[in-house]
Amino acid sequence: MINKGFAKHYYLMLLPGMIWLTLFSIVPMFGIVMAFQDYNPGLGILHSEWVGLENFKYMFSLNDSVTILVNTLVIAVLKIVGNLIIPLVFALLLNELRLRYLKRWIQTIVYLPHFLSWVILSGILLDIFGYTGPVNQILSVFHIKPVLFFGRADLFPALIVGSDVWKEFGFNTIIYLAALTGINPALYEAAAIDGATRFKRMLHVTLPGIVSAIVLLSVLSLGNVLNAGFEQIFNLYNPLVYSSGDIIDTWVYRTGLVNLQFSLATAMGLLKSVVSFLMITISYYLAYRFANYRIF
Amino acid sequence: MVKDNTAGSRLFDIALIVILVGIAILCILPIWYTLAVSLSNNAAASSGRVGLWPVGFNLGSYQELMGDRKFFNSFWISVQRVILGSGLNFVVILLMAYPLSKNAKELPYRNVLMWILVFTMLFNGGLIPWYMTVKSLGLINNIWALVLGNSVPVFSVILVINFFRNLPKELEEAALVDGAGPWRMMIQIFVPLAGPVIATVTLFSIVYHWNEFFNGLVLMSAADHYPLQTYIQQMVVVIDANTMTAEQIQRMSELSNRTLNAAKIFIAMIPVLVIYPFLQRFFITGITLGSVKE
Repeated sequence: MINKGFAKHYYLMLLPGMIWLTLFSIVPMFGIVMAFQDYNPGLGILHSEWVGLENFKYMFSLNDSVTILVNTLVIAVLKIVGNLIIPLVFALLLNELRLRYLKRWIQTIVYLPHFLSWVILSGILLDIFGYTGPVNQILSVFHIKPVLFFGRADLFPALIVGSDVWKEFGFNTIIYLAALTGINPALYEAAAIDGATRFKRMLHVTLPGIVSAIVLLSVLSLGNVLNAGFEQIFNLYNPLVYSSGDIIDTWVYRTGLVNLQFSLATAMGLLKSVVSFLMITISYYLAYRFANYRIF
Repeated sequence: MVKDNTAGSRLFDIALIVILVGIAILCILPIWYTLAVSLSNNAAASSGRVGLWPVGFNLGSYQELMGDRKFFNSFWISVQRVILGSGLNFVVILLMAYPLSKNAKELPYRNVLMWILVFTMLFNGGLIPWYMTVKSLGLINNIWALVLGNSVPVFSVILVINFFRNLPKELEEAALVDGAGPWRMMIQIFVPLAGPVIATVTLFSIVYHWNEFFNGLVLMSAADHYPLQTYIQQMVVVIDANTMTAEQIQRMSELSNRTLNAAKIFIAMIPVLVIYPFLQRFFITGITLGSVKE
C-alpha cells in the first residue's frame, strides 16, 4: 500500500534539514569561484577581479606546494597502512583469547582513546615526549641524551602516524571482530581434525574468512589519501617541523585565515576537494563492484 | 573454539595474555600519567620526577582550577553547545531520515535528494568559503555558529534512513489502516522503534560537540566565547608548540605549570570518561543497525 498523499508532509519534514544543509554545505561550494579571482574583501565575491588560473599557476610555482603535497601523501598513506594492519593483527590476537571476561575488559579499555579529542591527547603527548617528560627520563636510564621529540622534523611523521594508530586501532578493530564472529566454527574443527596447528588454522580458516572485510576497508580508505589529519597535526606541529609536518590543510589554514590570502588558500582547498572527490568516488565504486557495498 | 593441548599452544596462550594486557595498559597509561601529574607538586612535575604515582601529593592544581573563571566559563559554553547541538541534531536527523526512507513513488525526487546528500559528504567548498559563509550569516562569535557550523550530519542521517528502510512494511500499513497521518506515523511509530540507532547517533553527536575545538577557534573572535577544548588548546597546547628554537622550547617546558595543565586536561576528559560506559553498549551494535541489508 503506497500512499502518495503524504508527499506534502514529507517535504515539510525535510525543510529544516534542507535549509540547514543548503546554507552550510551547498552555499560554501559556490565560494570556490574565489579561487579564480583576485579576491578583495572590500569588493566581495561579485566584484573582485577575475584572474582565471593565475592563482593555480602561482600556487604550483611555490616551493611550499611540493613540500605540503609530499608531506600530506606520506603521512596519509602511512596512516592508511598502519590503520589497516595494526587493528587486523590486534583483532586476530584478541580472537585467539579464550577468557571472555578479560576479552571484554581489554576491548573496553582499547576503544577509549578514540573518544578523546586531539586537543587533550596533544596536551598529554607533548608532556610525555617533552624535554623532561617520562620518555626522555627512560632514555636517560640508557644514557641517551634527551631528545626534543616534537621539535625534530625527522621524527615528526613517525610520531604523528604512531599516535594516530594508537588512538584509533581499538575502535577500528570493531569491524574486524564483527567479521570474525561470522566465521563458521565447524571450519576450525574440520581443520583441526585434518591436523592443522593453531597458526595454520589462523592462516587458512580465519584470514580467508575475513578477507572481504579487509578488502572493503582497504578500498574505502583510498578516499582518505589526502587527509593527513588536520586536527592532530595542527595541535602537535610547530615551525621547526614544517618541512615534514606541514600538510595541505594546515597550509590552507595559515595562508587563508592567518595571512588572509583568500584566493590562494581557496585555490589549494579546491584542488584538494576535487582530488579527494575523485578518490572517494572511485573508492566507493570499487567497493560497490567488489564487495557489494552500498551506502543507501 | 578448538582446544589444542600442545605445550606450544599453551605457551602461546600465556604470551597472548601478556601481550594483550600490555597493549591495553599502553592505552590507559597516558591518561593515568596525566592524573598522576595533576596530583603532584609542580617542582617535581617540571623536573620529570613523576612516574606512575604522584610525587608530593597535593590538590593544589585542582584548587587553583576551581577558582579559574575562564575555565568554567568555557566549560559552560561547551555544555551549552552539546545540549543545543545534539538536541538539534536529534530532531533534524529524525525529520530528514523518515521522509527519505520512503520510496520515490511516495516521495517524488527522493533519489535526487539522496544524491544531493551524498554529494555534500564527498565534496566541500573548502575552509575559506565555509568561513565566509558563516561570517556573512552574522554568526561569528555566536554560539549558534558552533551548533550549526558543520552542517547536517549526513552520515548519521543515512544510518537512520537505512534503519527505517529495514523495518517491516506491515507496520506502516497497519498504522495506515488505523488512520494514522504522516506526522503521527513518524512520531508515534517510527521514532520509538529507532531507539538504538538514534541513541548511537546522538551519543556520537555529543562526543563530537564536546571534543570539537577548531570551529571554536576560528568562529569565535573573543576568548571568553571559546568552548572548553579551544580554551585548553590555547592555554596548554599552543604554549608548548609555538616557540622557535630548541632552547626556548626547553625553557618554556620548564616554566609552564605542568600540574595545572594536567589538571585542566584531566577535567576536560571526565565527561567523556563518564558517559563512555553508556556509549559502549550502543556503538558496537548501533553501527551495524544502519547498514544496507537488502
